[in-house]
Amino acid sequence: MKHLLAIEQLSREEIEAILDRAESFAEVGRRDIKKVPTLRGRTVVTLFYEASTRTSSSFELAAKRLSADLVSVKAAGSSVDKGESLKDTVATLSAYDPAAIVIRHPYAGAAQMVAGWTEAAVVNAGDGKHEHPSQALLDVYTLRRRLGSLEGKRIWIVGDVLHSRVARSNLIAFERMGAEVTVCGPPTLIPRGIEELGCEVSYSLERIGEAEVIYALRLQQERMSESFVPSLREYAATFQIDSRRLNPRQLVMHPGPVNRGVELSGDVIDSPQSLIAEQVAAGLVVRMAILYELLAGGERPAPVSEGEGAGQPAQIGQPA
Amino acid sequence: MSLTDTLDVRPGEDANLVLRRATVLDPVAGIDGVHDVVVRDGRIAELAGPGEAPTDGAEVVEAEGLHAFPAFFDPHVHLRTPGHEHKEDVETGTRAAAAGGYCGILAMANTVPPVSTAADVSALREQARASASVPVGFLATVTRDMKGEELTEMVELREAGALGFSDDGLPIVSSRVMRRALQYQRLCGGTIALHEEDPELSGDGVMHEGPVSAVLGLAGIPSVSESTMIARDAALAAYEGARIHVQHLSAAESVEIVRAAKAAGVQISAEASPHHLCLTDEEVRSLDPHRFKMNPPLRREPDRQALIDGLRDGTIECVATDHAPHQAEEKDVPFEQAAMGVTGLETAFAALHTELVLPGVIDLSLLVERMAGGAAPFGIERPSLAPGSEANVALCDLAAEWTVGEDGYESRSQNSWCAGRALTGRVLVTVAAGQVAFRLRSFSLGVAA
Repeated sequence: MKHLLAIEQLSREEIEAILDRAESFAEVGRRDIKKVPTLRGRTVVTLFYEASTRTSSSFELAAKRLSADLVSVKAAGSSVDKGESLKDTVATLSAYDPAAIVIRHPYAGAAQMVAGWTEAAVVNAGDGKHEHPSQALLDVYTLRRRLGSLEGKRIWIVGDVLHSRVARSNLIAFERMGAEVTVCGPPTLIPRGIEELGCEVSYSLERIGEAEVIYALRLQQERMSESFVPSLREYAATFQIDSRRLNPRQLVMHPGPVNRGVELSGDVIDSPQSLIAEQVAAGLVVRMAILYELLAGGERPAPVSEGEGAGQPAQIGQPA
Repeated sequence: MSLTDTLDVRPGEDANLVLRRATVLDPVAGIDGVHDVVVRDGRIAELAGPGEAPTDGAEVVEAEGLHAFPAFFDPHVHLRTPGHEHKEDVETGTRAAAAGGYCGILAMANTVPPVSTAADVSALREQARASASVPVGFLATVTRDMKGEELTEMVELREAGALGFSDDGLPIVSSRVMRRALQYQRLCGGTIALHEEDPELSGDGVMHEGPVSAVLGLAGIPSVSESTMIARDAALAAYEGARIHVQHLSAAESVEIVRAAKAAGVQISAEASPHHLCLTDEEVRSLDPHRFKMNPPLRREPDRQALIDGLRDGTIECVATDHAPHQAEEKDVPFEQAAMGVTGLETAFAALHTELVLPGVIDLSLLVERMAGGAAPFGIERPSLAPGSEANVALCDLAAEWTVGEDGYESRSQNSWCAGRALTGRVLVTVAAGQVAFRLRSFSLGVAA
């Protein structure tokens, strides 16, 4: 694997390899010294053209935990503000000979284009409304830890599917791992033709009881002014996941940030059925695994550390 | 009558040629056979028996195995002049047209500033007389500066030589303004060519709305954005007895509406572009804006089939390239940010020959007819190979295989939807308005003893 551009391009085996690697990094995370020397001397650039808290911070921390040198570029305050094109920005950053460029961009296909302009491995940290593969991987990781396997599991993705790159990547990832996916939301926010991806479509929560996992999406405030939904009140009344609609066996996920009281009720967010905190924690180890797979995975076997690792899916080496 | 009575071209030498043993095909004139095509003083003097024409000092082209067609006419070209000469100008755009076998083109008025005054038209005509390789006609905008609000001075524009009117690039959103333009046409004449799109339905769409846009997370332009506006304007044209031409049909629903309007007697004509006839939105999965981003967008396979059916039954009377040059920096950006449009003049015939004629989807004669079908809707005489006609000839090698872009482009821009494609069939020589407008470099003309 040279780049991580889209879940669509990953096989189930490739997804599992990343998740297995992430498991071993979770083990490192329980040590006192959480850093490994794998990427020492190599440079990771994060290039964010959109606001991000979780994704940018976890990729940055992941790079540091792997001992890489990190360059973080945010579009605001950079030469992007001065009208530099994406192509020129990438050429500039490529002069530092980075091992990886992690990019978030407001438009679909940006990461793929960047991959054509640089020698570095490119990680798509979200491209427009297209894909957000690292989010899907951490969500599959979280679910796999909780459920063992996604095979045959029924997962409902609820909310603004139309404007969500998370919905697209997760739909594909969940299905590739054997789950049966239903997307649910008001017809104005379900893209025409989404069935092509093999999911079912529901315009109401009537059958939500059949879901084992409910994945709620963020509803942007501005969707009302664009008349996708008449009001937050009606949206919440029709599509909010609250304790009344949730049964005790169901798990609830959300990519964050949550609109408390809109797509999820407060009590559901704070309930033990919510995996939201686990998703955030998974973000770090999965992003370490992604960088590792791209930058060290193919080249050489992971160094075996002394006295540990038997039965581990992978060995990560000594703390740095 | 000749093309130069209505269009403008750089004056040059009248051609004297003999196309020896050419396979001549002009379905409209009823010509289909092997002849020596004799071009004398820029006119088709004679279709002589093969090998029988005297040379009389004319250039002789050994054309055995080659095809001579009436040269093509493109009613939809963006020459980008004035304002965006870095993309194309009259000289490069008409050179591209000549290389594609065209003997005439119509330039759209959505320049910067738009062609909205008689002075704009006069200046462009002067440029064409100075630098155009093939005859060019200029349309003027329907509304002042393409704002969709007030009509241009259509009478004066016509007197200055505007061949028709179009706000192409933008629809005329207001039905009131549309109706006024159609009424006013009774006074000024000139076909009104329409870019049909409801911006309320297109929104910020960048590709066809359907399964592919759903998967890619790209905002979609639904088919009904086009078809509903065509239905509106067909109804208005019927009501006002006006003459309209629908540009770049893309959706099956649109073909159906034009067909029904024609059956009801509406004065409506329609065009389709080579890219809509050859490609579908599946191409957009590549997220390559250089080749696959344009408006209207590439649609689904049933839409493409409907366009082909429309071409067959005459609902669509002509192929029009919507040649839309853009520079690399406007395309070397993510799909959503990229400029809309692809070039097509240099590849239209070869692409349609490769994708539709060779697989047996349509006959060669139908393609030849439709490639020149864009003249009549604008009241321009159709190119013909009948003896006595002004010489407008495309000499083609239907067996020639080439890769688009390998030898560069005549156009100033490179955003060809065919870039990198292997095509079969190539224009070798173009005679336009009696002058040799193009010769493929690798194809040399023999000179008579």
